[in-house]
Amino acid sequence: MERYFTKEHEWISVNGTTATVGITSHAAEELGDITFVELPQVGKSVKRSETLAAIESVKAASDVYAPISGRVTSTNETLETMPEVVNESPEESGWICTLEVENPEELKGLMNAEEYKAFI
Amino acid sequence: MELIFEQSVKGRKGVSFPVDNTSEAAPLPKELLREEKAELPELSELDVVRHFTKLSRLNFSVDTNFYPLGSCTMKYNAKGFEEAAKLFAPFHPMLSMLPEGEKLSQGSLELIFETEKLLAEITGMDAVTLQPMAGAHGEMTGCMLIAAYHKAKENKKKYVIVPDSSHGTNPASAAMVGYEIITIPTAAYGDMDLDAFKATLNNEVAAIMMTCPNTLGLFNPYVKEICDLAHSVDALVYYDGANLNAIMGKVRPGDIGFDVIHLNLHKTFGTPHGSGGPGSGPVGVKESLVKFFPSPRVKKNGDSSFSIAKEDKSSIGSVSNFFGNFGVIVKAYAYILQLGREGLIEASEQAVLNANYIMSRLKEYYDLPYNQICMHECVFSASRQMESGIHAIDIAKYLIDRKIHPPTVYFPLIVKEAIMIEPTETESKETMDNFIEIMIEAAKLAESDPDILRQAPLKTPVSRLDETKAAREQNVCCVL
Repeated sequence: MERYFTKEHEWISVNGTTATVGITSHAAEELGDITFVELPQVGKSVKRSETLAAIESVKAASDVYAPISGRVTSTNETLETMPEVVNESPEESGWICTLEVENPEELKGLMNAEEYKAFI
Repeated sequence: MELIFEQSVKGRKGVSFPVDNTSEAAPLPKELLREEKAELPELSELDVVRHFTKLSRLNFSVDTNFYPLGSCTMKYNAKGFEEAAKLFAPFHPMLSMLPEGEKLSQGSLELIFETEKLLAEITGMDAVTLQPMAGAHGEMTGCMLIAAYHKAKENKKKYVIVPDSSHGTNPASAAMVGYEIITIPTAAYGDMDLDAFKATLNNEVAAIMMTCPNTLGLFNPYVKEICDLAHSVDALVYYDGANLNAIMGKVRPGDIGFDVIHLNLHKTFGTPHGSGGPGSGPVGVKESLVKFFPSPRVKKNGDSSFSIAKEDKSSIGSVSNFFGNFGVIVKAYAYILQLGREGLIEASEQAVLNANYIMSRLKEYYDLPYNQICMHECVFSASRQMESGIHAIDIAKYLIDRKIHPPTVYFPLIVKEAIMIEPTETESKETMDNFIEIMIEAAKLAESDPDILRQAPLKTPVSRLDETKAAREQNVCCVL
């Protein structure tokens, strides 16, 4: 499974035509204790860079942007009642949603793990 | 300090009821009776008075302490203006809505009319409405006027541009009116990246909303060019007037090219806010937008009397009553008259001077991400203190122990560990020097004894509250 990163601190993990999206450990740490995650609606289509979800923490409210275009196929409903999972495990159990990949070409514009590490 | 429930003594009463000598009333239907006892605290009247007097003494306000809360303009609210507002208590403008009522409320109507004119003069706009009740209410009204303008011209508009150094309510207000938001990042010079703006601007942009000076306390040097570029695609330019205190009487947004503006009377024009009183967010526009104004409006007749004008067909409708938050308007009117043209200019100059004084004296101790002369507020970062594990929040909490209201922290979002300080013009050099000394002390403690900062505040009835738990488990019901 390939994992890519955005400048807006999202990660996206691609498995065939399905991609899983979340925020990076760095983003979760910067936000501080997360208090609310607004999940996207299943079935919603988003374009790359459009707002996908919103996260509120004790410090700030910020949008989560779609790393690539696609249709939302599922969301991590655990986060509705336990937003702290994003803090505890941002890059594993704190995933936000899955997308059906529309155009795999868009992934080329994203960073790999090493590039992202250098970026932050 | 004990809670009022903890002070309760069984059987103690605040009032003695007279002996009941009436015949027994029919009992209440069972479904109306509560199942458990109410368990109200049992106290004497004196206990209650002492409890609430003690609580009121714990309150932090401009009247008790220095309050440099960035972006909020916590200036002194002169007590004389309260007296001015009281004078109008018997002449509520609502009277004019009754038959023949206009005759009974000429003074109130004149005050509304005159305040609109004064605010239009101060901002360089053609007309002002006083209907909106607060800043964000003004923003939304402004966005509705922009939408009405484009609708009338049959313009196909979809986007509103908002720089990331604007107030956070701007994108929310535009989105509420149905626009999609495009965010423009801040350039190294501390304001909206002009090249990014040029690359983004297109025919579908309805407006650009600028906070000027922005949330970094900096004035955009390209503001005129931005207005001209926006107008070239028939996009309107919105001025968020929350930071007007920096430029009042010096620059008029209308002269630069702004089309719509909102003001915060409760910030710039010295009326109480922040739990001290309601707000008022008047909106000013250029001539081409006046016909969309909320209705009804106060008009001046040929015989110099005042009346309520009938609804304009193209009006967006009412956004509140026609007199807005009238009490706040009376106080702002008194403020403008008392300071006068020269006084308003001097207030802005002093506000800017005070912010620069604090900035200059503290920049040796705290990182200043945008190191340049600021306007009415300055934004530091606690990034240097983070090396010893101290965050902006720890410094803020320590200030409480030192009897100073914390500055705004973690805003603007574009500055890491932001500490945003706005002293306003009404503070003396001695007050600011005291604040500066305490801030320097905090910076030194971050290196020598960070635990003191981490544990603060220690002199308050409760210390660090669990903010995460409070936000995650929003149980605000008190079950009696």
